[in-house]
Amino acid sequence: MEWSGEGLIIGVRRHGETSVIVEAMTPDRGRHLGLVRGGRSRKLAATLQPGNQVQLHWRARLDEHLGMFSVELIKPRAADLIADRTRLYAAQLLCAHLRLLPERDPHERLYRMASEIMDDGNELVELAQMISIFEFTLLDELGFGLDIASCAVTGATEGLAYVSPKSGRAVTAEAGAKYLDKLLPLPAYFTTFENAPAEQVQDGLRLTGHFLAMHVWNPRQIEVPTTRDQLVASLAELV
Amino acid sequence: MSGTGGREIEQLIQLLARLPGLGPRSARRAVLHLIKRKDGLMVPLAAALDRAVETVVECATCGNVDTSSPCSICTDPRRAESGMLIVVEDVADLWALERAGVGAVRYHVLGGVLSPLDGIGPEDLTIDQLIARASEFSEIVLAVNATVEGQTTAHFITDQLAKLDLKVTRLAHGVPVGGELDYLDEGTLSQALKARTSL
Repeated sequence: MEWSGEGLIIGVRRHGETSVIVEAMTPDRGRHLGLVRGGRSRKLAATLQPGNQVQLHWRARLDEHLGMFSVELIKPRAADLIADRTRLYAAQLLCAHLRLLPERDPHERLYRMASEIMDDGNELVELAQMISIFEFTLLDELGFGLDIASCAVTGATEGLAYVSPKSGRAVTAEAGAKYLDKLLPLPAYFTTFENAPAEQVQDGLRLTGHFLAMHVWNPRQIEVPTTRDQLVASLAELV
Repeated sequence: MSGTGGREIEQLIQLLARLPGLGPRSARRAVLHLIKRKDGLMVPLAAALDRAVETVVECATCGNVDTSSPCSICTDPRRAESGMLIVVEDVADLWALERAGVGAVRYHVLGGVLSPLDGIGPEDLTIDQLIARASEFSEIVLAVNATVEGQTTAHFITDQLAKLDLKVTRLAHGVPVGGELDYLDEGTLSQALKARTSL
């Protein structure tokens, strides 16, 4: 069994004294693992950093085997990421999110979004907004998507302002007026995709964070990624 | 039993094979060598191991390993004068810096780096202890590895130290001595160019 294609490195684990197990996100084969012999060598260490875009060649005797990767660098992002705190946190968070996906299950949309965010995101608010949209999409791809197409109470498609923290369904400002202390604000940018101020992005991250905790982190007993907390804290300083 | 002698010898081979750099074959060779030089090597080695087990402790201040706590580095008054604290991932990094002769400085061993993949969070490292002692110094040098995980940890520590109003620096990234530009990865080259210095 073998295949070739591009991938985004999302994790590297030591294996023995000289090898590593690389976790890569690929567009058409999803999250895929493979052993890289000599992966701890000086020559390969710079290539095998999370965030780098690589050309992968995977080989195994049987499809269900871990298999071996040979790796060639396409786009070295890690060195640039290392120099920029916000971008580094964002990239690490994206890698942590991608590792939540089941193995070998294609999620091309998330792959493209993660690559774009790592390439294009520069400023904190913009990056945080892109990440909240990524998390919204991640919930959808994991089967826990929020229903923000229409109001759960009135059926209206305009003026949606809140989301129920239990059902994940949107409600309008009028329908949710009685339950403001319980509802989560729904920033408009989830439907308009326009640039938003820091306050709205903070609401967006609170919204996606709530549902990620409810459906993913808590059931799997995973801690909230430290990098996410750091991004949220940096954003709070701007508000 | 695999034809290598008694149970004690087999156990010794198995224990040595667990050491980094040794496999069963090289452990067998090492054991044979020890047996051949029983009085000259095996007995002193056993005694040294025994003494090390009794005396080696982790320094409660910096995380270094020594025969006393606080360690000889932490108790050396000359090292306090520089006001510099170098933060490293591991004791091996501390030893490497000492071998390099970086001067009379003090160290802090983190005990690893933030690694979500290995389930290592801030509470698993000695970051709280670092913050508690950081105000005793005028400069904190983050000498963690130039990897994504290492630098995430460095930025995280910088964020935590921000309120103490200290000078926080990190090691330069760039061309190693003996490195040929043609063989360097593009990322390192671009970092080296950004960190260029006047001659």
